[in-house]
Amino acid sequence: MNPFAYTRATNQQAAIQAIAQQNAKFIAGGTNLLDLMKEHVEQPSRLIDINRLELTQIVERNGGLRLGALVKNSDTANHRLVRERYPLVTQAILAGASAQLRNAATNGGNLMQRTRCYYFYDTAMPCNKREPDSGCGALEGFSRIHAIFGTSSRCIATHPSDMCVALAALDATVQVEGPQGPRSIPFAEFHRLPGDTPQIDTNLRRDELITAIDLPATANVFADHSYYLKVRDRASYAFALVSVAAALDIRNGVIQEARVAMGGVAHKPWRATKAEVTLKGQRADESSFRGAAEAEMQSAVGTEHNRFKIELGRRAIVRALTIAANSGRTA
Amino acid sequence: MSNEETVAVRLRVNGTNYGLRLDPRTTLLNLLREKLDLPGTKKGCDHGQCGACTIIIDGRRINSCLALAVIYDGSEITTVEGLSKGDELHPLQTAFVRHEGFQCGYCTSGQLCSAVAMLNEVDQGTASHVTADVRKEGNVVLTDDEIRERMSGNICRCGAYPGIIAAIREVTQQRGV
Repeated sequence: MNPFAYTRATNQQAAIQAIAQQNAKFIAGGTNLLDLMKEHVEQPSRLIDINRLELTQIVERNGGLRLGALVKNSDTANHRLVRERYPLVTQAILAGASAQLRNAATNGGNLMQRTRCYYFYDTAMPCNKREPDSGCGALEGFSRIHAIFGTSSRCIATHPSDMCVALAALDATVQVEGPQGPRSIPFAEFHRLPGDTPQIDTNLRRDELITAIDLPATANVFADHSYYLKVRDRASYAFALVSVAAALDIRNGVIQEARVAMGGVAHKPWRATKAEVTLKGQRADESSFRGAAEAEMQSAVGTEHNRFKIELGRRAIVRALTIAANSGRTA
Repeated sequence: MSNEETVAVRLRVNGTNYGLRLDPRTTLLNLLREKLDLPGTKKGCDHGQCGACTIIIDGRRINSCLALAVIYDGSEITTVEGLSKGDELHPLQTAFVRHEGFQCGYCTSGQLCSAVAMLNEVDQGTASHVTADVRKEGNVVLTDDEIRERMSGNICRCGAYPGIIAAIREVTQQRGV
């Protein structure tokens, strides 16, 4: 990796001041950033180590939970209140990476991880995300892992996170702090679609620091009927081809409210709003789930190697909703 | 590299204290192997995909290839060299030998460190991807499926997985998990 200067931030204000320096980056767990630095995809001239900041707590707030940005993924997944009230988040985190990586990776870092598109990683290939206006290797290339929703002619990369798919489904809020003070970003607005500027992954400004992720009290109603389904090329320790976070509020067999989000299909965690609208007020049965899957997948567009994701997505939505309705029981 | 560009780092590794000045690019993996004369920890992929470099830091397993030493200043590390008590092997090491939990041996130190930390995670009641109901807390029943899932961050190219599972299963039975 390229040489860089190292700064250890001891408080939030110092971290935010330091990030103003040219080509500086925050580092927390480093599980994605260091990987990218070894490949020369990321070449920061300064790393600001934020691991000593006091953002390592999970606390109850307004009936929901505030997850500190620096809580490790493994600790978030296994926190008693997360397991009890937001099992979807626990399941999604535990479906991702390996125990070793989850022990190092943080909540904030999970949001900021970059695509695993092979053309993005390979500096010998063109990539509009890595080098704006250089072209896209994936459009005409091997696109098995690429997007089927919200793509542009410049980028068909996917967001790799599992945790973020659950956070999108549950309408989490991202708390950030910048030179002008704090602000909140609704989860749906945190990550971006590629459009003409695929080099910009998120709406977090360059000089802002993620401090926490809030899980709302309103999402408690889904705890009894939620499930994270991940379909991948091997049984563990692989990124999703397609994943579905399904959460239902069912009373007397009727769906009061539904939340569905998908991973592995778009440049951001894909909130399946068409499926959600279709499900509301319907009976929690297979025909409703099929209708929802159909409604959502209608607008999907595949490329040569990832067309299979459209049928896979349909089936994954039905299966995830079925298991969620069955209180998470797979049989 | 001049002194201004290096960073002071203190670490305790297998019970020995080290005071170091390091290029901030130094990963824990390179530090252990190249500067501290502890080559037991192996470099496989160097990208967090194989688990050969797994070490235990402050009681938790991580990939040392994706860890900058400067970030872990003040931490306590156990590597495969620190598992045994002199000539007395750790029970998992003995079980790996008995069940042939390796062939070429390259992934073994990572497998061992990972398994030691994994059993601690089980003691703490952590859930895994194959846990039937994550809302239910309490004792983890360490089935073979659970062992496979919890050890999935350690790849063995020789395919010694049946021996690895058997070794871990034996130790958990001895411990009464």
